[in-house]
Amino acid sequence: MSLLEVRDLRVSFGRRKIEAVRGVDFEIAEGQRLGVIGESGSGKTVTALALMGLLPDNATATGSVRLRGNEIIGAPEVALARLRGDAVSMVFQEPMTALDPTMRVGRQVAEVLRLHQGAESGPARDRVVSMLAEVGLTDPTRIADAYPHQLSGGQRQRVVLAMALINSPDLVVCDEPTTALDVTVQALVLQKLDEVLTASGAACLFISHDLAVVSQVCDRVLVMLDGEVVEAGTVAELFTDATHPYTRGLVATARLELTRPGQRLPTVEDFYAPEARLGERA
Amino acid sequence: MTEPLYRAEQLTRRYRNGGTEVLALDNVDLTIEPGRRLGIVGESGSGKSTLVRLLAGLDRPTSGRIWFEGTEITSLPERRLGFLRAAVQMVFQDPRSSLNPRMRVGDIITEPLRSRLVRRQLPGGVDHATRLAEVLEAVDLPADSGGRYPHEFSGGQRQRIAIARALAPKPEILIADEPVSALDVSVRAQVLNLLTDLVAAQGLTLIVVSHDLMVVRHLCDQLAVMRAGRIVEQGDTETVYTRPGTDYTRALLAAIPRIRTAG
Repeated sequence: MSLLEVRDLRVSFGRRKIEAVRGVDFEIAEGQRLGVIGESGSGKTVTALALMGLLPDNATATGSVRLRGNEIIGAPEVALARLRGDAVSMVFQEPMTALDPTMRVGRQVAEVLRLHQGAESGPARDRVVSMLAEVGLTDPTRIADAYPHQLSGGQRQRVVLAMALINSPDLVVCDEPTTALDVTVQALVLQKLDEVLTASGAACLFISHDLAVVSQVCDRVLVMLDGEVVEAGTVAELFTDATHPYTRGLVATARLELTRPGQRLPTVEDFYAPEARLGERA
Repeated sequence: MTEPLYRAEQLTRRYRNGGTEVLALDNVDLTIEPGRRLGIVGESGSGKSTLVRLLAGLDRPTSGRIWFEGTEITSLPERRLGFLRAAVQMVFQDPRSSLNPRMRVGDIITEPLRSRLVRRQLPGGVDHATRLAEVLEAVDLPADSGGRYPHEFSGGQRQRIAIARALAPKPEILIADEPVSALDVSVRAQVLNLLTDLVAAQGLTLIVVSHDLMVVRHLCDQLAVMRAGRIVEQGDTETVYTRPGTDYTRALLAAIPRIRTAG
Protein backbone atom coordinates (compact mmCIF):
# COMPACT_ATOMS: atom_id res chain seq x y z
CA MET A 1 0.00 0.00 0.00
CA SER A 2 1.28 3.42 -0.95
CA LEU A 3 1.66 6.19 1.61
CA LEU A 4 -0.68 8.43 -0.35
CA GLU A 5 -3.30 7.31 -2.85
CA VAL A 6 -5.31 9.85 -4.80
CA ARG A 7 -8.16 8.45 -6.90
CA ASP A 8 -10.35 10.46 -9.27
CA LEU A 9 -10.00 13.62 -7.19
CA ARG A 10 -12.35 16.37 -8.32
CA VAL A 11 -12.68 19.76 -6.71
CA SER A 12 -15.23 22.34 -7.74
CA PHE A 13 -15.92 25.83 -6.44
CA GLY A 14 -19.01 27.90 -5.79
CA ARG A 15 -22.63 27.42 -6.68
CA ARG A 16 -21.82 27.04 -10.35
CA LYS A 17 -19.54 24.10 -9.50
CA ILE A 18 -16.62 25.28 -11.61
CA GLU A 19 -14.14 22.41 -11.65
CA ALA A 20 -10.57 23.33 -10.75
CA VAL A 21 -9.37 19.73 -10.45
CA ARG A 22 -10.94 17.28 -12.88
CA GLY A 23 -10.23 13.69 -12.01
CA VAL A 24 -6.66 13.40 -10.78
CA ASP A 25 -5.02 10.06 -9.93
CA PHE A 26 -1.59 9.50 -8.44
CA GLU A 27 0.28 7.71 -5.68
CA ILE A 28 3.26 8.51 -3.52
CA ALA A 29 5.21 5.65 -1.94
CA GLU A 30 7.08 5.91 1.38
CA GLY A 31 9.98 8.31 1.02
CA GLN A 32 9.20 9.09 -2.62
CA ARG A 33 9.40 12.61 -3.96
CA LEU A 34 6.90 13.69 -6.55
CA GLY A 35 6.96 17.03 -8.35
CA VAL A 36 3.89 18.73 -9.81
CA ILE A 37 4.39 21.34 -12.49
CA GLY A 38 1.90 23.47 -14.37
CA GLU A 39 1.02 27.12 -14.77
CA SER A 40 -1.10 29.32 -12.50
CA GLY A 41 -4.66 28.02 -12.47
CA SER A 42 -3.77 24.48 -13.53
CA GLY A 43 -5.02 23.05 -10.23
CA LYS A 44 -1.72 22.24 -8.51
CA THR A 45 -2.37 24.18 -5.33
CA VAL A 46 -6.00 23.07 -5.08
CA THR A 47 -4.81 19.45 -5.31
CA ALA A 48 -2.35 20.07 -2.47
CA LEU A 49 -4.98 21.78 -0.31
CA ALA A 50 -7.39 18.88 -0.93
CA LEU A 51 -4.94 16.32 0.38
CA MET A 52 -4.27 18.45 3.46
CA GLY A 53 -8.01 18.83 4.03
CA LEU A 54 -7.53 22.60 3.80
CA LEU A 55 -9.98 23.46 1.03
CA PRO A 56 -12.11 26.56 1.64
CA ASP A 57 -15.80 26.16 2.57
CA ASN A 58 -17.10 26.96 -0.90
CA ALA A 59 -15.20 24.02 -2.40
CA THR A 60 -16.64 20.56 -2.99
CA ALA A 61 -14.25 17.64 -3.24
CA THR A 62 -15.15 14.18 -4.50
CA GLY A 63 -13.11 11.06 -5.14
CA SER A 64 -10.66 9.62 -2.68
CA VAL A 65 -7.46 10.75 -0.96
CA ARG A 66 -6.01 8.11 1.35
CA LEU A 67 -3.05 8.83 3.59
CA ARG A 68 -1.81 5.63 5.26
CA GLY A 69 -5.24 4.23 4.47
CA ASN A 70 -7.11 7.07 6.21
CA GLU A 71 -9.64 8.77 3.98
CA ILE A 72 -9.14 12.55 3.92
CA ILE A 73 -12.10 13.58 1.77
CA GLY A 74 -15.08 14.13 4.03
CA ALA A 75 -13.13 13.39 7.22
CA PRO A 76 -14.12 15.47 10.28
CA GLU A 77 -11.92 18.45 11.16
CA VAL A 78 -10.78 16.84 14.44
CA ALA A 79 -9.31 13.86 12.60
CA LEU A 80 -7.67 16.12 10.00
CA ALA A 81 -6.12 18.37 12.65
CA ARG A 82 -4.47 15.31 14.18
CA LEU A 83 -2.93 14.35 10.84
CA ARG A 84 -1.79 17.82 9.84
CA GLY A 85 1.56 18.80 11.26
CA ASP A 86 2.08 15.20 12.35
CA ALA A 87 1.63 12.74 9.47
CA VAL A 88 1.57 15.40 6.78
CA SER A 89 2.84 18.98 6.86
CA MET A 90 3.04 21.85 4.44
CA VAL A 91 5.48 24.57 3.35
CA PHE A 92 3.84 27.53 1.63
CA GLN A 93 5.15 30.01 -0.89
CA GLU A 94 5.30 33.12 1.25
CA PRO A 95 6.93 32.51 4.65
CA MET A 96 5.83 35.90 5.99
CA THR A 97 2.18 34.88 5.77
CA ALA A 98 2.84 31.41 7.21
CA LEU A 99 4.45 32.83 10.36
CA ASP A 100 2.76 34.80 13.14
CA PRO A 101 4.42 38.25 13.15
CA THR A 102 3.81 38.79 16.88
CA MET A 103 5.44 35.59 18.13
CA ARG A 104 9.10 34.63 18.42
CA VAL A 105 9.84 31.97 15.80
CA GLY A 106 11.21 29.48 18.34
CA ARG A 107 7.84 29.42 20.11
CA GLN A 108 6.06 28.93 16.80
CA VAL A 109 8.17 25.89 15.98
CA ALA A 110 7.73 24.57 19.54
CA GLU A 111 3.95 24.97 19.27
CA VAL A 112 3.83 22.29 16.56
CA LEU A 113 5.78 19.97 18.80
CA ARG A 114 3.64 20.63 21.89
CA LEU A 115 0.34 20.22 20.01
CA HIS A 116 1.23 16.83 18.64
CA GLN A 117 3.64 15.35 21.14
CA GLY A 118 2.61 17.17 24.31
CA ALA A 119 6.27 18.06 24.88
CA GLU A 120 7.23 20.24 27.86
CA SER A 121 8.59 23.71 27.04
CA GLY A 122 12.13 23.06 28.33
CA PRO A 123 12.97 19.93 26.30
CA ALA A 124 10.89 21.32 23.40
CA ARG A 125 13.22 24.29 23.17
CA ASP A 126 16.25 22.02 22.79
CA ARG A 127 14.50 20.13 20.01
CA VAL A 128 13.57 23.40 18.30
CA VAL A 129 17.12 24.74 18.43
CA SER A 130 18.58 21.52 17.04
CA MET A 131 15.93 21.44 14.30
CA LEU A 132 16.77 25.04 13.34
CA ALA A 133 20.41 24.01 13.12
CA GLU A 134 19.45 21.04 10.95
CA VAL A 135 17.84 23.27 8.32
CA GLY A 136 21.14 25.11 8.05
CA LEU A 137 20.52 28.16 10.23
CA THR A 138 23.74 29.27 11.85
CA ASP A 139 23.29 30.66 15.37
CA PRO A 140 19.97 28.81 15.94
CA THR A 141 19.47 30.12 19.51
CA ARG A 142 19.48 33.71 18.29
CA ILE A 143 17.08 32.79 15.45
CA ALA A 144 14.73 31.06 17.91
CA ASP A 145 14.46 34.30 19.91
CA ALA A 146 13.89 36.49 16.85
CA TYR A 147 10.58 37.72 15.45
CA PRO A 148 9.83 36.89 11.79
CA HIS A 149 10.42 40.48 10.60
CA GLN A 150 13.97 40.36 11.97
CA LEU A 151 14.87 37.48 9.65
CA SER A 152 15.64 37.45 5.94
CA GLY A 153 13.36 35.70 3.46
CA GLY A 154 15.62 32.65 3.24
CA GLN A 155 15.88 32.37 7.04
CA ARG A 156 12.08 32.62 7.39
CA GLN A 157 11.51 29.92 4.82
CA ARG A 158 13.94 27.64 6.66
CA VAL A 159 12.06 28.30 9.92
CA VAL A 160 8.87 27.18 8.14
CA LEU A 161 10.77 24.14 6.89
CA ALA A 162 11.84 23.37 10.47
CA MET A 163 8.20 23.67 11.57
CA ALA A 164 7.12 21.29 8.83
CA LEU A 165 9.74 18.68 9.70
CA ILE A 166 9.98 18.73 13.49
CA ASN A 167 7.32 16.05 14.01
CA SER A 168 9.00 13.78 11.42
CA PRO A 169 5.95 13.66 9.13
CA ASP A 170 5.54 10.91 6.53
CA LEU A 171 4.74 13.47 3.85
CA VAL A 172 5.78 17.08 3.34
CA VAL A 173 3.77 19.13 0.85
CA CYS A 174 5.77 22.06 -0.55
CA ASP A 175 3.82 24.63 -2.58
CA GLU A 176 6.22 26.88 -4.51
CA PRO A 177 8.52 27.02 -1.48
CA THR A 178 11.27 29.05 -3.15
CA THR A 179 9.36 31.18 -5.66
CA ALA A 180 9.51 34.28 -3.44
CA LEU A 181 13.27 33.91 -2.87
CA ASP A 182 16.41 35.13 -4.65
CA VAL A 183 18.27 32.58 -6.80
CA THR A 184 21.18 32.26 -4.36
CA VAL A 185 18.86 31.79 -1.38
CA GLN A 186 16.68 29.46 -3.43
CA ALA A 187 19.68 27.24 -4.15
CA LEU A 188 20.47 27.07 -0.43
CA VAL A 189 16.89 26.33 0.65
CA LEU A 190 16.52 23.60 -2.01
CA GLN A 191 19.77 22.01 -0.88
CA LYS A 192 18.64 22.03 2.76
CA LEU A 193 15.24 20.62 1.81
CA ASP A 194 16.98 17.84 -0.07
CA GLU A 195 19.22 17.10 2.94
CA VAL A 196 16.49 17.07 5.58
CA LEU A 197 14.19 14.94 3.43
CA THR A 198 17.00 12.45 2.92
CA ALA A 199 17.83 12.47 6.64
CA SER A 200 14.22 11.97 7.79
CA GLY A 201 13.13 9.70 4.94
CA ALA A 202 9.93 11.71 4.50
CA ALA A 203 8.03 11.64 1.22
CA CYS A 204 7.45 14.93 -0.55
CA LEU A 205 4.95 16.47 -2.93
CA PHE A 206 6.71 19.44 -4.50
CA ILE A 207 4.70 22.00 -6.46
CA SER A 208 6.31 24.55 -8.74
CA HIS A 209 5.87 26.24 -12.09
CA ASP A 210 9.61 25.86 -12.63
CA LEU A 211 10.78 22.51 -13.97
CA ALA A 212 14.41 23.33 -13.15
CA VAL A 213 13.50 23.86 -9.49
CA VAL A 214 11.41 20.68 -9.32
CA SER A 215 14.28 18.66 -10.77
CA GLN A 216 16.54 19.70 -7.87
CA VAL A 217 14.35 17.80 -5.40
CA CYS A 218 12.25 15.27 -7.32
CA ASP A 219 12.83 12.40 -9.68
CA ARG A 220 9.25 11.90 -10.79
CA VAL A 221 7.03 14.68 -12.10
CA LEU A 222 3.33 15.13 -12.87
CA VAL A 223 2.36 17.76 -15.42
CA MET A 224 -0.98 19.45 -14.75
CA LEU A 225 -3.00 21.42 -17.27
CA ASP A 226 -6.51 22.81 -16.76
CA GLY A 227 -7.18 20.59 -13.75
CA GLU A 228 -5.95 17.35 -15.27
CA VAL A 229 -2.72 15.38 -15.15
CA VAL A 230 -1.62 15.31 -18.78
CA GLU A 231 1.71 13.57 -18.29
CA ALA A 232 3.69 11.69 -15.65
CA GLY A 233 7.23 10.40 -15.68
CA THR A 234 10.79 10.92 -14.53
CA VAL A 235 12.49 14.24 -15.24
CA ALA A 236 14.68 12.49 -17.81
CA GLU A 237 11.64 10.98 -19.54
CA LEU A 238 9.91 14.35 -19.78
CA PHE A 239 12.98 15.64 -21.59
CA THR A 240 13.44 12.90 -24.08
CA ASP A 241 10.03 11.30 -24.53
CA ALA A 242 7.37 13.85 -23.59
CA THR A 243 4.18 12.69 -25.25
CA HIS A 244 1.98 15.71 -24.58
CA PRO A 245 2.77 18.84 -26.64
CA TYR A 246 2.20 21.03 -23.57
CA THR A 247 4.97 19.17 -21.71
CA ARG A 248 7.32 19.67 -24.64
CA GLY A 249 6.50 23.38 -24.48
CA LEU A 250 7.21 23.53 -20.74
CA VAL A 251 10.53 21.75 -21.19
CA ALA A 252 11.53 24.16 -23.96
CA THR A 253 10.67 27.31 -21.98
CA ALA A 254 12.50 26.06 -18.90
CA ARG A 255 15.88 26.24 -20.59
CA LEU A 256 16.83 29.84 -21.31
CA GLU A 257 20.48 28.85 -21.70
CA LEU A 258 19.82 26.91 -24.90
CA THR A 259 18.79 30.05 -26.79
CA ARG A 260 21.46 32.49 -27.94
CA PRO A 261 21.06 35.81 -26.11
CA GLY A 262 18.76 38.15 -28.02
CA GLN A 263 17.33 35.37 -30.19
CA ARG A 264 13.67 34.47 -29.95
CA LEU A 265 12.90 32.12 -27.03
CA PRO A 266 10.60 29.17 -27.62
CA THR A 267 7.19 29.59 -25.97
CA VAL A 268 4.61 27.04 -24.87
CA GLU A 269 2.36 28.23 -27.72
CA ASP A 270 4.94 27.02 -30.26
CA PHE A 271 4.11 23.50 -29.11
CA TYR A 272 0.61 23.79 -27.77
CA ALA A 273 -1.75 26.33 -29.33
CA PRO A 274 -4.19 28.20 -27.06
CA GLU A 275 -6.90 27.79 -29.73
CA ALA A 276 -6.77 24.06 -29.16
CA ARG A 277 -7.12 24.66 -25.42
CA LEU A 278 -10.15 26.89 -25.84
CA GLY A 279 -11.72 24.29 -28.09
CA GLU A 280 -11.08 21.62 -25.48
CA ARG A 281 -12.74 23.66 -22.76
CA ALA A 282 -15.84 24.46 -24.79
CA MET B 1 33.35 62.59 -27.54
CA THR B 2 29.60 62.44 -27.33
CA GLU B 3 27.86 62.80 -24.03
CA PRO B 4 26.66 59.49 -22.54
CA LEU B 5 22.96 59.06 -21.91
CA TYR B 6 23.49 58.70 -18.19
CA ARG B 7 26.48 59.57 -16.10
CA ALA B 8 26.45 58.98 -12.36
CA GLU B 9 29.23 59.97 -9.99
CA GLN B 10 29.79 58.73 -6.47
CA LEU B 11 26.14 57.96 -5.82
CA THR B 12 25.40 57.24 -2.20
CA ARG B 13 21.99 56.65 -0.68
CA ARG B 14 21.33 56.08 3.00
CA TYR B 15 17.96 55.14 4.42
CA ARG B 16 16.84 55.54 7.98
CA ASN B 17 15.05 52.46 9.14
CA GLY B 18 13.80 53.04 12.68
CA GLY B 19 16.91 53.90 14.63
CA THR B 20 19.36 52.21 12.29
CA GLU B 21 20.87 53.63 9.16
CA VAL B 22 21.11 51.50 6.05
CA LEU B 23 23.69 52.24 3.39
CA ALA B 24 21.79 51.14 0.29
CA LEU B 25 24.16 52.59 -2.27
CA ASP B 26 27.84 53.17 -1.63
CA ASN B 27 29.80 55.43 -3.98
CA VAL B 28 28.58 54.06 -7.27
CA ASP B 29 29.90 55.41 -10.59
CA LEU B 30 28.07 54.45 -13.77
CA THR B 31 27.90 55.48 -17.42
CA ILE B 32 25.28 54.30 -19.88
CA GLU B 33 25.64 54.94 -23.60
CA PRO B 34 22.52 55.37 -25.75
CA GLY B 35 21.15 52.20 -27.33
CA ARG B 36 22.86 49.88 -24.88
CA ARG B 37 21.12 47.21 -22.86
CA LEU B 38 22.41 47.16 -19.32
CA GLY B 39 21.60 44.41 -16.84
CA ILE B 40 22.02 45.00 -13.11
CA VAL B 41 22.13 41.82 -11.04
CA GLY B 42 22.51 41.10 -7.36
CA GLU B 43 20.66 39.68 -4.38
CA SER B 44 17.87 41.39 -2.41
CA GLY B 45 19.35 44.36 -0.60
CA SER B 46 22.31 44.77 -2.95
CA GLY B 47 21.09 48.23 -3.96
CA LYS B 48 20.04 47.48 -7.53
CA SER B 49 16.50 48.83 -7.20
CA THR B 50 17.76 51.89 -5.31
CA LEU B 51 20.17 52.61 -8.17
CA VAL B 52 17.50 52.52 -10.89
CA ARG B 53 15.08 54.56 -8.77
CA LEU B 54 17.75 57.25 -8.59
CA LEU B 55 18.35 57.05 -12.35
CA ALA B 56 14.62 57.37 -13.01
CA GLY B 57 14.42 60.37 -10.69
CA LEU B 58 11.99 58.63 -8.34
CA ASP B 59 14.35 59.17 -5.43
CA ARG B 60 17.28 61.48 -4.66
CA PRO B 61 20.78 60.42 -3.64
CA THR B 62 22.14 61.32 -0.21
CA SER B 63 25.25 62.47 -2.05
CA GLY B 64 26.60 62.21 -5.59
CA ARG B 65 25.33 63.49 -8.91
CA ILE B 66 23.56 62.16 -12.02
CA TRP B 67 23.58 63.70 -15.48
CA PHE B 68 20.98 62.74 -18.05
CA GLU B 69 21.99 63.73 -21.60
CA GLY B 70 24.34 66.28 -20.10
CA THR B 71 21.80 67.86 -17.73
CA GLU B 72 22.30 67.32 -14.05
CA ILE B 73 19.05 65.90 -12.70
CA THR B 74 20.02 65.56 -9.05
CA SER B 75 19.76 69.31 -8.43
CA LEU B 76 16.58 69.98 -10.41
CA PRO B 77 13.22 70.45 -8.70
CA GLU B 78 10.43 68.05 -9.62
CA ARG B 79 8.57 70.62 -11.75
CA ARG B 80 11.59 70.81 -14.09
CA LEU B 81 12.00 67.03 -14.47
CA GLY B 82 9.31 66.74 -17.17
CA PHE B 83 11.87 65.88 -19.85
CA LEU B 84 13.12 62.99 -17.71
CA ARG B 85 9.59 61.73 -16.96
CA ALA B 86 8.82 61.62 -20.68
CA ALA B 87 12.13 60.01 -21.67
CA VAL B 88 12.42 57.37 -18.95
CA GLN B 89 9.68 54.87 -18.21
CA MET B 90 9.58 51.96 -15.79
CA VAL B 91 8.08 48.49 -15.66
CA PHE B 92 7.82 46.94 -12.20
CA GLN B 93 7.95 43.39 -10.93
CA ASP B 94 4.38 42.64 -10.02
CA PRO B 95 1.66 43.92 -12.37
CA ARG B 96 -0.95 43.14 -9.71
CA SER B 97 0.38 45.98 -7.59
CA SER B 98 1.62 48.33 -10.33
CA LEU B 99 -1.75 48.56 -12.14
CA ASN B 100 -4.64 50.35 -10.47
CA PRO B 101 -7.43 47.73 -10.23
CA ARG B 102 -10.16 50.39 -10.43
CA MET B 103 -8.99 51.91 -13.68
CA ARG B 104 -9.78 50.64 -17.14
CA VAL B 105 -6.78 49.41 -19.08
CA GLY B 106 -7.15 52.22 -21.62
CA ASP B 107 -6.96 54.85 -18.88
CA ILE B 108 -4.00 53.10 -17.26
CA ILE B 109 -2.03 53.05 -20.50
CA THR B 110 -2.77 56.67 -21.47
CA GLU B 111 -2.25 58.04 -17.96
CA PRO B 112 1.38 59.09 -18.62
CA LEU B 113 0.12 61.14 -21.59
CA ARG B 114 -2.22 63.07 -19.29
CA SER B 115 0.53 63.97 -16.81
CA ARG B 116 1.11 67.75 -16.86
CA LEU B 117 4.87 67.28 -16.69
CA VAL B 118 5.02 64.73 -19.48
CA ARG B 119 2.41 66.40 -21.70
CA ARG B 120 4.56 69.49 -22.24
CA GLN B 121 7.39 67.33 -23.58
CA LEU B 122 5.31 65.56 -26.18
CA PRO B 123 4.72 66.87 -29.70
CA GLY B 124 1.40 68.72 -29.79
CA GLY B 125 -1.79 66.84 -30.48
CA VAL B 126 -0.92 63.29 -29.52
CA ASP B 127 -4.22 61.55 -29.95
CA HIS B 128 -4.72 59.30 -26.94
CA ALA B 129 -6.95 56.79 -28.73
CA THR B 130 -4.48 56.43 -31.60
CA ARG B 131 -1.53 55.99 -29.24
CA LEU B 132 -3.50 53.47 -27.18
CA ALA B 133 -4.22 51.42 -30.29
CA GLU B 134 -0.55 51.62 -31.31
CA VAL B 135 0.89 50.42 -28.03
CA LEU B 136 -1.74 47.69 -27.58
CA GLU B 137 -0.69 46.37 -30.96
CA ALA B 138 2.99 46.70 -30.06
CA VAL B 139 2.55 44.51 -26.97
CA ASP B 140 0.26 42.10 -28.80
CA LEU B 141 -2.91 42.65 -26.76
CA PRO B 142 -6.40 42.59 -28.32
CA ALA B 143 -7.50 46.01 -29.63
CA ASP B 144 -10.59 45.99 -27.38
CA SER B 145 -8.51 45.59 -24.17
CA GLY B 146 -8.78 49.30 -23.37
CA GLY B 147 -12.31 49.04 -22.03
CA ARG B 148 -11.57 46.19 -19.64
CA TYR B 149 -10.13 46.06 -16.11
CA PRO B 150 -6.76 44.56 -15.06
CA HIS B 151 -8.34 41.63 -13.18
CA GLU B 152 -9.78 40.34 -16.45
CA PHE B 153 -6.25 39.59 -17.67
CA SER B 154 -3.72 36.88 -16.84
CA GLY B 155 -0.36 37.65 -15.18
CA GLY B 156 1.54 37.73 -18.45
CA GLN B 157 -1.09 39.93 -20.10
CA ARG B 158 -1.00 42.32 -17.15
CA GLN B 159 2.74 42.69 -17.53
CA ARG B 160 2.08 43.53 -21.21
CA ILE B 161 -0.31 46.26 -20.03
CA ALA B 162 2.44 47.66 -17.79
CA ILE B 163 4.84 47.60 -20.75
CA ALA B 164 2.25 49.30 -22.97
CA ARG B 165 1.86 52.07 -20.38
CA ALA B 166 5.63 52.55 -20.31
CA LEU B 167 5.75 52.80 -24.12
CA ALA B 168 2.86 55.29 -24.39
CA PRO B 169 4.91 58.52 -24.08
CA LYS B 170 7.51 57.17 -26.56
CA PRO B 171 10.37 56.96 -24.08
CA GLU B 172 14.06 56.68 -24.99
CA ILE B 173 14.81 54.49 -22.01
CA LEU B 174 12.92 51.60 -20.54
CA ILE B 175 13.82 50.53 -17.01
CA ALA B 176 12.49 47.11 -16.06
CA ASP B 177 12.79 46.09 -12.40
CA GLU B 178 12.47 42.29 -12.20
CA PRO B 179 10.06 42.25 -15.18
CA VAL B 180 9.50 38.48 -15.20
CA SER B 181 10.17 37.38 -11.61
CA ALA B 182 6.49 37.29 -10.69
CA LEU B 183 5.55 35.34 -13.81
CA ASP B 184 5.28 31.62 -14.49
CA VAL B 185 8.23 30.14 -16.35
CA SER B 186 5.87 29.27 -19.21
CA VAL B 187 4.85 32.94 -19.60
CA ARG B 188 8.34 34.31 -19.00
CA ALA B 189 9.55 33.48 -22.51
CA GLN B 190 6.71 35.46 -24.12
CA VAL B 191 7.44 38.60 -22.10
CA LEU B 192 11.19 38.30 -22.72
CA ASN B 193 10.59 37.91 -26.47
CA LEU B 194 8.33 40.95 -26.37
CA LEU B 195 10.96 43.07 -24.61
CA THR B 196 13.67 41.95 -27.05
CA ASP B 197 11.49 42.83 -30.05
CA LEU B 198 10.37 46.19 -28.67
CA VAL B 199 13.88 47.30 -27.77
CA ALA B 200 15.10 46.41 -31.27
CA ALA B 201 12.10 47.89 -33.11
CA GLN B 202 11.97 51.17 -31.18
CA GLY B 203 15.70 51.64 -30.61
CA LEU B 204 15.22 51.83 -26.84
CA THR B 205 17.97 51.94 -24.27
CA LEU B 206 17.16 49.21 -21.78
CA ILE B 207 18.06 48.85 -18.12
CA VAL B 208 17.02 45.56 -16.55
CA VAL B 209 17.26 44.79 -12.86
CA SER B 210 17.10 41.12 -11.90
CA HIS B 211 18.37 38.54 -9.47
CA ASP B 212 18.30 36.05 -12.33
CA LEU B 213 21.48 36.05 -14.39
CA MET B 214 19.91 34.01 -17.18
CA VAL B 215 17.22 36.63 -17.78
CA VAL B 216 19.79 39.41 -17.87
CA ARG B 217 22.07 37.43 -20.12
CA HIS B 218 19.26 36.98 -22.57
CA LEU B 219 18.21 40.64 -22.66
CA CYS B 220 21.36 42.65 -22.10
CA ASP B 221 24.73 43.27 -23.74
CA GLN B 222 26.28 44.85 -20.63
CA LEU B 223 26.23 43.64 -17.09
CA ALA B 224 26.83 45.19 -13.68
CA VAL B 225 26.95 42.91 -10.65
CA MET B 226 26.01 44.58 -7.37
CA ARG B 227 26.65 43.58 -3.81
CA ALA B 228 26.08 45.52 -0.58
CA GLY B 229 25.53 48.82 -2.39
CA ARG B 230 28.55 48.60 -4.69
CA ILE B 231 29.15 47.50 -8.25
CA VAL B 232 31.61 44.64 -7.80
CA GLU B 233 31.95 43.64 -11.42
CA GLN B 234 31.03 45.28 -14.70
CA GLY B 235 31.50 44.49 -18.36
CA ASP B 236 30.31 42.84 -21.50
CA THR B 237 27.60 40.26 -20.61
CA GLU B 238 29.17 37.26 -22.35
CA THR B 239 32.57 37.97 -20.79
CA VAL B 240 31.20 38.27 -17.28
CA TYR B 241 29.06 35.21 -17.87
CA THR B 242 31.78 32.97 -19.26
CA ARG B 243 34.74 34.36 -17.30
CA PRO B 244 33.41 35.84 -14.05
CA GLY B 245 36.04 37.94 -12.29
CA THR B 246 34.81 37.67 -8.71
CA ASP B 247 33.79 34.81 -6.44
CA TYR B 248 30.47 36.54 -5.86
CA THR B 249 29.57 36.46 -9.55
CA ARG B 250 30.64 32.81 -9.69
CA ALA B 251 28.33 32.08 -6.74
CA LEU B 252 25.43 33.85 -8.49
CA LEU B 253 26.06 31.79 -11.62
CA ALA B 254 26.27 28.55 -9.67
CA ALA B 255 22.94 29.27 -7.97
CA ILE B 256 20.92 29.26 -11.21
CA PRO B 257 18.71 26.19 -11.02
CA ARG B 258 19.53 23.85 -13.87
CA ILE B 259 17.50 20.85 -14.81
CA ARG B 260 18.87 17.81 -13.06
CA THR B 261 18.07 14.52 -14.70
CA ALA B 262 20.44 12.20 -12.89
CA GLY B 263 19.18 9.89 -10.17
